[in-house]
Amino acid sequence: MRILPVLALLLGAQAAAAQPVTPQIVDDAIPTSLTGRPGDAARGRAIVASRSTGLCLLCHSGPIAEERFQGDLAPSLAGAGSRWSEGQLRLRIVDGTRLNADTIMPAYYRTGGLQRVARAFDGKTILSAEQVEDVVAYLVTLKD
Amino acid sequence: MTARLLAFGLALVFAASYAAAQAGADKRRSGYQDMGEALQKMQDDDTANPGMLFVQLGGQLWAKPAGAENKSCADCHGVAADSMKGVATRYPAIPQGADRPVDLEGRINMCRTENQKAERLPPENRDLLSLEAYVAHQSRGMPIAPPYGPVVDAFRAQGEGIYRRRQGQLNLSCAICHDDNAGKKLAGIVIPEAHPTGYPIYRLEWQALGSLKRRLRNCLVGIRAEAWSLDAPEYVALELYLMERAKGMKLETPAVRP
Ligand code: HEC
Ligand code: HEC
Ligand code: HEC
Repeated sequence: MRILPVLALLLGAQAAAAQPVTPQIVDDAIPTSLTGRPGDAARGRAIVASRSTGLCLLCHSGPIAEERFQGDLAPSLAGAGSRWSEGQLRLRIVDGTRLNADTIMPAYYRTGGLQRVARAFDGKTILSAEQVEDVVAYLVTLKD
Repeated sequence: MTARLLAFGLALVFAASYAAAQAGADKRRSGYQDMGEALQKMQDDDTANPGMLFVQLGGQLWAKPAGAENKSCADCHGVAADSMKGVATRYPAIPQGADRPVDLEGRINMCRTENQKAERLPPENRDLLSLEAYVAHQSRGMPIAPPYGPVVDAFRAQGEGIYRRRQGQLNLSCAICHDDNAGKKLAGIVIPEAHPTGYPIYRLEWQALGSLKRRLRNCLVGIRAEAWSLDAPEYVALELYLMERAKGMKLETPAVRP
């Protein structure tokens, strides 16, 4: 009886570590949700703001006033939802190298093509499919 | 007579402006220049710089007999201000009879095991860092002057390869941050040019003296790359390349860093 939840946890952990589903890229976008469901913009905002989950504000600035320490290695996220469609934003987060082979922005939903990844992160994507959808849902709201 | 004097004078003027142009052309910045004024003052004032406490401890250890030989560093090397002056500017280097470069702490540990017949001090050990700080402090203000030769050059090239290769889950290279984006802000922190001018450093975040390896491991962990073990040759290779990039810049040991 008490073993079951533990098993569920273990299986859950394995699912997160597994190779991600292959997103369908159409031109410069991934038109459909990775999970088949829309993301949650409020959760997405928290992920973008977080230094340990999204890491976005290491490089970007954005309209997240409570985070005083923001980066200037990349354009501001403000207005991203006016500049790009939902599908374009999704591809940008999943694997920006599809848009710019030399980009320094990490591919958030890809495990291949990486070297010397720390053991704790090996074989894992930076964000889960759900988290990618949450981030996309937030970015879409960033109209100028 | 006057023509020759004039020519001589002109030559002097040219030499002076050439030197000025050279100095002006060197845009490299030590991490010191990226710190706020308060931290710069702390580093400059020997009574406020916490690293100086470790230099003093190193000075005591220098004179203390150790190991089965019961010899102190001073027994063989005399006054450090003379014998160790300039030594840190050319490390990592290949010791006499060795086939690979060692960093300064590695060289000190060689003297422990071979000359004092004492046990090796482990990485980040306080006594080892203090001895290293004491030795490197004797070169404070002197320009970095790396050694050259086929073997050491090959290790340096390996270090440059590591520096330029992307790695870790974030898929970044040292060069992306420290060459291409130096001076910009990573989550509010100015990215320095990564010159190894101050090591070992007193880092406020650590509340301790720490080695260049420890600093490099912080950067590796930041990009979610597997950090090499502390005795791995990769750090020596990287340090060789960083010292080459910083050739001619002045040593600051013990530096203070945020
Ligand atoms: C290591 C730095 C880095 C990190 C971390 C990073 N980005 Fe980026 N991002 C960039 C750069 C640089 C660009 C500019 C385009 C390019 O070079 O690909 C960019 C471009 C973008 C764009 C398109 C910008 C525009 O409007 O033109 C969006 C949207 C974006 N990033 C969102 C994010 C989000 C969301 C995160 C976190 C989940 C993130 N980025 C994390 C560096 C980064
Ligand atoms: C994502 C950007 C980034 C990457 C990639 C990175 N670093 Fe750093 N590095 C930093 C930042 C930021 C600091 C300063 C941290 C601070 O002051 O708190 C730093 C500090 C340093 C310093 C200390 C400089 C001083 O003044 O004492 C050295 C040396 C260094 N890095 C070397 C490296 C090497 C070698 C690599 C590759 C293995 C590397 N870094 C990868 C961002 C990076
Ligand atoms: C028994 C004598 C002896 C003792 C004791 C000794 N050393 Fe040495 N040390 C040497 C010799 C010999 C060399 C090699 C000199 C050379 O290659 O020119 C050397 C080289 C060095 C070097 C490299 C110098 C250079 O020019 O590259 C350093 C640094 C050093 N010792 C530090 C220490 C420290 C610190 C201690 C005490 C912990 C110590 N040594 C104890 C004999 C000794």
